[in-house]
Amino acid sequence: MIEAIPPGMILILGALILPFLGGALQRVWLVLLPVLGFVQLTLLPEGLAQSFEFFGYGLNPVRVDSLSLVFAYVFYLAAFLSVVYALHLRDTVQWVSGLVYAGSAIGALFAGDLISLFVYWEITALASLFQIWARRTEAAYRAGLRYLVIQVSSGVLLLAGTILHFADTGSLEFGALGLVSVGTTLIFLAFGIKAAFPLLHGWLEDAYPEATVTGAVFLSAFTTKLAIYALARGFAGTEILVPIGAVMAAFATFYALIENDLRRLLAYSLISQLGFMVVGIGVGSEMALNGTAAHAFASVLYKGLLFMAMGAVLYRTGTTRSSELGGLYGSMPWTALLCLVGSASIAALPLFSGFISKSMILTAAAENHYSLTYTVLLAASAGAVLHSGIRISYDTFFGPDRGIRCDEAPRNMRFAMGGAALLCFALGVAPNLLYELLPYPVNYQPYTFSHVADQLQLIAFSVAAAVLLVRLGLYPKARSARNLDIDWLYRSLLPGLVQFAGRQLARLKSAIESRALMGLQSAVRYVQGHHAPTGVLGDPWSIGATALWAALLLVAYLLMAYL
Amino acid sequence: MTEHLPALQTALPLLAAPVCVLLRRAALVRVFAVLVTWSCLAIALSLLQEVLGHGEISYALGGWVAPLGIEYRVDILNAYVLVLVATIASVVIAFPLAGRELRIPKERFFLFYALFLLCLAGLLGITITGDLFNIFVFLEISSLSAYALIGLGRDRRALTAGFSYLVMGTIGGTFILIGIGLVYQMTGTLNIVDLSQRLPPVLGTRTVWMAFAFLVVGTSIKLAAFPLHQWLPNAYTYGPSVVASFLSATATKVAYYVLVRLLFTVFGFAFVFERVQLSALLLPLSLIAMVVGSLAAIYQTNIKRLLAYSSIAQIGYMTLGLSLANLDGLTGGLVHLFNHGLIKGGLFLVVACALSRVESPRIESLRGLGKRMPWTMAAFVVGGLGLIGIPGTVGFVSKWYLVLGALDQGLYFVAFMVLASSLLAVVYVWRVIEVMYFSDEERAPERDDAPLSMLLPTWVLIGATIYFGLDTELTAGVAEQAAAYLLGGAS
Repeated sequence: MIEAIPPGMILILGALILPFLGGALQRVWLVLLPVLGFVQLTLLPEGLAQSFEFFGYGLNPVRVDSLSLVFAYVFYLAAFLSVVYALHLRDTVQWVSGLVYAGSAIGALFAGDLISLFVYWEITALASLFQIWARRTEAAYRAGLRYLVIQVSSGVLLLAGTILHFADTGSLEFGALGLVSVGTTLIFLAFGIKAAFPLLHGWLEDAYPEATVTGAVFLSAFTTKLAIYALARGFAGTEILVPIGAVMAAFATFYALIENDLRRLLAYSLISQLGFMVVGIGVGSEMALNGTAAHAFASVLYKGLLFMAMGAVLYRTGTTRSSELGGLYGSMPWTALLCLVGSASIAALPLFSGFISKSMILTAAAENHYSLTYTVLLAASAGAVLHSGIRISYDTFFGPDRGIRCDEAPRNMRFAMGGAALLCFALGVAPNLLYELLPYPVNYQPYTFSHVADQLQLIAFSVAAAVLLVRLGLYPKARSARNLDIDWLYRSLLPGLVQFAGRQLARLKSAIESRALMGLQSAVRYVQGHHAPTGVLGDPWSIGATALWAALLLVAYLLMAYL
Repeated sequence: MTEHLPALQTALPLLAAPVCVLLRRAALVRVFAVLVTWSCLAIALSLLQEVLGHGEISYALGGWVAPLGIEYRVDILNAYVLVLVATIASVVIAFPLAGRELRIPKERFFLFYALFLLCLAGLLGITITGDLFNIFVFLEISSLSAYALIGLGRDRRALTAGFSYLVMGTIGGTFILIGIGLVYQMTGTLNIVDLSQRLPPVLGTRTVWMAFAFLVVGTSIKLAAFPLHQWLPNAYTYGPSVVASFLSATATKVAYYVLVRLLFTVFGFAFVFERVQLSALLLPLSLIAMVVGSLAAIYQTNIKRLLAYSSIAQIGYMTLGLSLANLDGLTGGLVHLFNHGLIKGGLFLVVACALSRVESPRIESLRGLGKRMPWTMAAFVVGGLGLIGIPGTVGFVSKWYLVLGALDQGLYFVAFMVLASSLLAVVYVWRVIEVMYFSDEERAPERDDAPLSMLLPTWVLIGATIYFGLDTELTAGVAEQAAAYLLGGAS
């Protein structure tokens, strides 16, 4: 019975009931939904579960295979942990939008055709918006609008690409596409926006830090990993993804090293992690794709954990600027400890989850002779040790005490962080738990002497370099300013340009009476004048006018006889 | 019994109308009218089922065989339109009448029901009959009762609106009558099937050409096709909302059906689209209707008039589908006939719900209603999404076919215009939503929604816009069959 509902629908439909429940029942229902969904997932048979005709075209909203399943499992885990993390809220809007967001992302994983994918794709965009707007600040509102525009553009590209692809091939199936036509290129770009390709990534570091405490946790899990899944499904082995991924991994690292806002740092670090996965998809070998899926799985958990920890800090202290934080260990010992687990995971310390997944991608890149890429990724790994492994924990909990005293994070937050930390550790200790879920058979052994030794050396040297740089005073100080990135183009440059252009136009106006501007204005006035209720087209005519038109039209039809 | 269903389809409401006047008691009349209308729906559904299963039905009225007698002929096209008309009528008639929207006191509500049933009989008759003159007769029955229904509006301007509708409608009716006369003169027959065989030899004559022009212009007035649309805004604005709901969903749709029937069955595809090149005139006018109607809707301050202008744009979509003259385009036009009927009928019922709580239909007065009447306003949002054509609503289905049809003809500009005018729809729908949900209200209004008896019919129609947006088997499937039948029978 339960497997007849499309996966993800449980969350979406369940979320819609949520506003009508009250009190404790509401919270029980909230936590129960992801659990129900997870149970359903384990019951799903593989293959095409459902298909129906939608004006003549067969759609398959539910197609189950191992690639979908591995992402779906971690999405449900993330949904569960995020919901627990958000349990202290008194904000039904955030709960509902979070669940709809997670549900539609899960639905998208099982979309067997491009139209279904598009529908879910757009729902994730709309639902996730409220995780930003719910912060209810001016900055969040504006960041949310920019986020919306870009997310919807991605959807529009996807739809346009789908139509062209359909015109080319007559197929709506969502399988391996490849960069073969204009249509698939548009689809590629649509995925690329959500996967935060370089120059298309501005929305991520712009919007995530503006989201609510709990919103950032939701956001970090789904949108980008959904894009990674879509790329892996549609464009595995596409050569260009290797350099794209390498650039992502590298440039985001630099930003992360100098960023002051720790949640923005995490956003950059997220882009860097995505770079690893994109490289894996580009390499396209079985091990690389396994590595991508595994790394996505692990990164949802540890990145979520770090966002939760920073969210808890923001919740208690009201800031995540590293220049204002420090010495919180005494006030929030549990959060500090759990944050350390997340840091250890992202730094790929052996026995933690990052170690067992990231090295698969690195090994695959090396085996396929992408030596330059391998080097870049190695450097980005070292960077990750620095910015997410050390800086996050150090700046917040152990650095110079700024005198902030606050309470420990609420119980539900600690519980959610604990769950995530436990999973990070469990995967690191027992990698086969994850490996058995992967799309291809795994013959990779993470705990060999050379792997462990390499990784420990990398970490040791990174730490040594960090200590040295800080001692010598060479490490760039994080200043409380926004670092220049691509979103500046439309966040500041574009409005700036518009203002500049406006000033020039005004000058032009005083100089030569501004013919162009007046032309535009009069065009708008013209339209308004004719269509407003007082205008000729917006106001009913007299009977005579209609009769005249009838006569004119009659004459026109008659004249056509002689044309 | 079942072989007389075609006759019963029109006879039942026609005979029931005077009975309403005899019964007089409002509650009694209402129950009676609802039962009659629902029976009409049952008849229409069984006719559609019959046609889908066993093909066309021909029924000789009074036993007089065509072409001498009047023939009722049900094929897949008019069975489909019959179902739409009967469905909308069944929902609207169940909607409780609000005294504050009508100029007659409660004791005389029976007049409304009598007029409503007459109008319904006329519309069903136009659709079902296979006789050209009979179409004119039923057209006058439905139009005359429609003028009176409009005039029932409480606003005094309803009278002038009804009057100018009457004059313009009569011009249209006269044009149609002249056209019928000319055709009759040339062929000596009024039966549509008979005509389609006797007309081809004389198609080149100027008389037939005259007849064609008169018939097309006449139906265009009834259809409110641009630029002959100007009776519509005032009629829908000042008439009662339930009447606007009923007429917007049925009267213009039936006129569209008549146009399709004339063009494809009577005159034939070859004459209309190859000799006359109707598309050269109709296609640009459709595009202008889409843009001008939407733009005018954007600037309106009265919600009923906004919906009326939106109707003009939507009628533009339907005539566009017709003038594309291919399978996808015609399917789009025919499916939009059904879909727009559901959407606009539903939206006017939303207005009727809202007017049960606020005084004026000005958009300003809807301020903050999103909190006060959540269910009503949610219905508006869903219907509005349908007007825009969001995937998952019926509006998307129609536009999908129209775009396919335009692309099939290589008319990329037309496809672009269909999408661009959807953006205009976003603007006028959003204007209302913004006032309803996002206006700052000092005090939170108390929740005070319309009664269930109003919400239920409204949500039946609004819910249908979602249902048929997902399950297109009945609408698009039948429309496509009908389009294939028309094009196959004509070319």
